[in-house]
Amino acid sequence: MKILVPLKRVPDPDTKIRLKADGSGIETDGVKFAVNPFDSIALEEALRQREKTGAAEIVVVTIGGEECAEQLRTGLAMGADRAILVKTTANPDSLAVAKVLAAVCRKEQPAFVIMGKQAIDDDSNQAGQMLAALLGLGQITFVSKLELTDGNRRARCSRETDAGIENLTISLPAVLTADLRLNEPRYVSLPGIMKAKKKPLEELTPESLGVSAASRTRVLKLERPAGRKAGVRVKTVDELIAKLRHEAKVL
Amino acid sequence: MNRILVIAEHDQGHLKLATFAAAGFAQKVCAAAGGTFDFLLLGSGLAAAAEGLRRSGAAAVLVADSTELTQPLADRCAQVIADTVRARAATLVVAATSTFSKDILPRAAALLDAGMLSDVIDVRREGDDLTFRRVMFAGNVIATVQLDGPIKCVAVRSAAFAAPAATEALSPVEAVAVDAAALPKFAEFISRETKVSARPDATEARIIVSGGRALKNAADFERLVGGLADQLGAAVGSSRALVDSGITPNSLQIGQTGKVVAPDLYFALGISGAIQHMAGMKDTKVIAAINKDPDAPIFEIADYGLVADVYEAVPELMQKLKT
Repeated sequence: MKILVPLKRVPDPDTKIRLKADGSGIETDGVKFAVNPFDSIALEEALRQREKTGAAEIVVVTIGGEECAEQLRTGLAMGADRAILVKTTANPDSLAVAKVLAAVCRKEQPAFVIMGKQAIDDDSNQAGQMLAALLGLGQITFVSKLELTDGNRRARCSRETDAGIENLTISLPAVLTADLRLNEPRYVSLPGIMKAKKKPLEELTPESLGVSAASRTRVLKLERPAGRKAGVRVKTVDELIAKLRHEAKVL
Repeated sequence: MNRILVIAEHDQGHLKLATFAAAGFAQKVCAAAGGTFDFLLLGSGLAAAAEGLRRSGAAAVLVADSTELTQPLADRCAQVIADTVRARAATLVVAATSTFSKDILPRAAALLDAGMLSDVIDVRREGDDLTFRRVMFAGNVIATVQLDGPIKCVAVRSAAFAAPAATEALSPVEAVAVDAAALPKFAEFISRETKVSARPDATEARIIVSGGRALKNAADFERLVGGLADQLGAAVGSSRALVDSGITPNSLQIGQTGKVVAPDLYFALGISGAIQHMAGMKDTKVIAAINKDPDAPIFEIADYGLVADVYEAVPELMQKLKT
């Protein structure tokens, strides 16, 4: 069984995002980058499924510049077996990412794909669903529990929705997207890092896969939202009630 | 001319209010750049829901009614949406942001080879094109974007758009033919674990009472957060910390990866104010925060901050609000 786990390089979630002065993008100088936290959860789940089912090859893949190899090495250090970097200088939107990943999937033929439900940079929450559509496969988004069944030909999943937990089964191959509570990803160990250095990292390009990484989305400008100002401190519950009733008039 | 398809969302036939905000977005596009919009309702047994969509200025209320669509499964729904977009030559597909639209709209977009924007908060016309504003980086960045291609998909934040004024004229209801046998059926629905709650949904409430890490267990959450909410007819919400520790169900989570809300009043009780949480509620009109830690980041965005232990302040608040 082969499991494909796409990883995205994003600014570390604890980083304060700064914009370039001309609004053309975010400031990347001196910014620490990490694997998108939801993708780490997806990879952790792949590792756990391998531990449960015995044999599985786990392939991590990302799309971007040379610098993204760092996040693939992190994935390898967590326990993935090999890595694929689809090199491009384009900044692909979700649909372009899905097209590139679909080409990788056609080449690799994984038993299933598991990836984060959203990347914490553009917060789009689209790529997994688009990938499933392009491959003509089923999808389960926001997975909080995963169990492979029927000799790894089906999966039973719980997913987190606005209304509560939903339980579904799905035929594999399929695309699954991981939500926060699926698991708690392991830390990378020193032996893991040493081993990762020797694991294969293959470089491809969108062209070599026969697809384009061109986006339909054109970002014209980035800016800061109008900030909220801190209000006043009240000293007592009585004062709070008075303010809410008579000043803000919301009670 | 825009031909817009607004995907209506409902829960077992009960329309979600956010659907009308999506219609408000469609109306804004039509006012700025010309065009008309239709609603598309998917499910089974939809007569009442369809009726509820007839006074919002839509050219038509399209109803895809099939027992295969009883559960909102992405594979089936996305196929029906894509087929309808093609049949109606729609140029813009709109839904309000929710776990329903997040699941189905990107899939429909890819079936149509259309680009998609999530979390759209504004739209205007620029020449022959539409320019959108959307939120990213946990609410810390607003991007101005355009979409190329003959079909565009957008998910809009419901708080950013006003519902259309009710019309005298009724939109006609039209059935959309669904070839149930031809729908993809990769997923099968088993069950839904929904807590039946008499409280309003956080995305639809005027007041939200939300609790964080200071609440030590489910009983305390229910007594303090739930108690205050019930007294005010408010919805309840929760920070991620409480969901992770099993004190509250995931459906209550407010934040970057949970629900995004913008009520008139948000009580943040014992919530420290991680950026991921604030991303989900900082468009609230009035934020009232109670936290024992005077340096909690929530106070940087709260209109009214009270440094106090929620275990003491909230019972006092409940007592005094009775008078």
